[in-house]
Amino acid sequence: MQSQATYNYKVVRQFSIMTVVWGIVGMLVGVIAAAQLVWPELNVHEFLHFGRLRPLHTNAVIFAFGGCALFATSYYVVQRTCHTTLFAPRLAAFTFWGWQLVIVLAAITLPLGYTSSKEYAELEWPIDILIAIVWVSYAIVFFGTVAKRKVSHIYVANWFFGGFILTVALLHIVNSAAIPVSLTSMKSYSAYAGVQDAMIQWWYGHNAVGFFLTAGFLGMMYYFVPKQADRPVYSYRLSVVHFWALIFTYMWAGPHHLHYTALPDWTQSVGMVFSLILLAPSWGGMINGVLTLSGAWHKLRTDPILKFLITSLSFYGMSTFEGPMMSIKTVNALSHYTDWTVGHVHSGALGWVAMISIGSVYFLIPRLYGKTEMYSVKLINAHFWIATIGIVLYIASMWISGVMQGLMWRATNPDGTLTYSFVEGVKASYPFWTIRFIGGALFLTGMFLMFYNMVKTIAGQKAYDAPVLAPAAAHA
Amino acid sequence: MDINDIRSLVTVLGLVCFLAICAWAYSKHAKAGFDAAARLPFSDDDVPARGGRQDLEGKSNG
Repeated sequence: MQSQATYNYKVVRQFSIMTVVWGIVGMLVGVIAAAQLVWPELNVHEFLHFGRLRPLHTNAVIFAFGGCALFATSYYVVQRTCHTTLFAPRLAAFTFWGWQLVIVLAAITLPLGYTSSKEYAELEWPIDILIAIVWVSYAIVFFGTVAKRKVSHIYVANWFFGGFILTVALLHIVNSAAIPVSLTSMKSYSAYAGVQDAMIQWWYGHNAVGFFLTAGFLGMMYYFVPKQADRPVYSYRLSVVHFWALIFTYMWAGPHHLHYTALPDWTQSVGMVFSLILLAPSWGGMINGVLTLSGAWHKLRTDPILKFLITSLSFYGMSTFEGPMMSIKTVNALSHYTDWTVGHVHSGALGWVAMISIGSVYFLIPRLYGKTEMYSVKLINAHFWIATIGIVLYIASMWISGVMQGLMWRATNPDGTLTYSFVEGVKASYPFWTIRFIGGALFLTGMFLMFYNMVKTIAGQKAYDAPVLAPAAAHA
Repeated sequence: MDINDIRSLVTVLGLVCFLAICAWAYSKHAKAGFDAAARLPFSDDDVPARGGRQDLEGKSNG
């Protein structure tokens, strides 16, 4: 009978464990880069120079940590909410090993200095081709699983995961189009030139935020928040509108990365207006997630996993308020190129993306090993508070230094000359860079607690694959 | 027709399409389906049964 079949948890286990491992690696590189800004003598070798470690940090946390978390949760959620095993399980195994290979290649080539110099798309063309192959395989596994579902509805989390997978394929393939110098050379030049290249890069860049770092993680939100709160999502119809509003709006917001550049002025204004519109669906989604807890607020007091999930939504709300504000041209004139942007990104990356991933992985790990809880709930709680304090230190210091830098750079004397030289702004930033380093180190400390907790949870346990049960008749 | 007319048309159609989705999502017609879909995460028990691994229906793959 069908009931003997079990879900494909192996690939979920692999990606879940690697989420924690790559989280530690990526955040460690981030802490080292932060330390290099405070103590420049730490730039010991060209391979370990800030300029090479910084893209390694961003690639590792976004694509290795975030990517593994997205693979793990999407493979878990799509199977369970479709009541079926993964389509093409061997291809799913290939996505795991292929993705790990991409990460290892990134960790080798970026310190060696191979870069396309496109932000968040630095990897050179042979690795880009591998990414495209892995990603198309991911799409086949995911949509194949949705196609063979045993229930009539496609749960909203799968819509978000599906939107994220399709869009990232499109973004990656278009933005990475390049012409190699020769087939034996790592060096390539973008297929686009001038301002078109810039616009395509930030069409990619902002949609990487919108679909990789938002839609995918909203997929997690729509499954793990209801599961952990043990009640269905506050408003399913709002979640449908949330999905389509993001799909229709995000694609247009990219130009706000190119304010006051050679990009035509009207394009900048379109980007600004659509960024402002994005506030509505973003907050609709946040409110939908938070209100899922109505009537069960007391759970927040005792359940640290729920604390991670709900706090992540608060940071999602904060950064999706801050983002539209920063996209206003006059605000951007102050904020752009300063630490304010770095603070904004980390409010989203640590507060939203990392916290929802951490909460989801804490939910997954015990269930993948036949247990109901992590080894230590107290350690999850400690992790939560250490991480939260780390984020607050990080973003508050970056706000202060960012606004200070913006004001110092634009200050002029009555005769029109600049009041401050650039290096005076650098000097004034040091205390805040030190606080940022401490905040980042705290966040990393939390990840070590998570690793220890994960190892103790798994130790001595056999891997567990849950049986595929037919859905209750009412849901079929 | 100028290509810019087509661009404008696509933008307007996009908006109309989105408004239609909103109207559909908030219609009574969609309610029952949404309620069923919202219960999907709870349609089976994902936490292994208590009382030892031998009770579990699922098999281990090491």
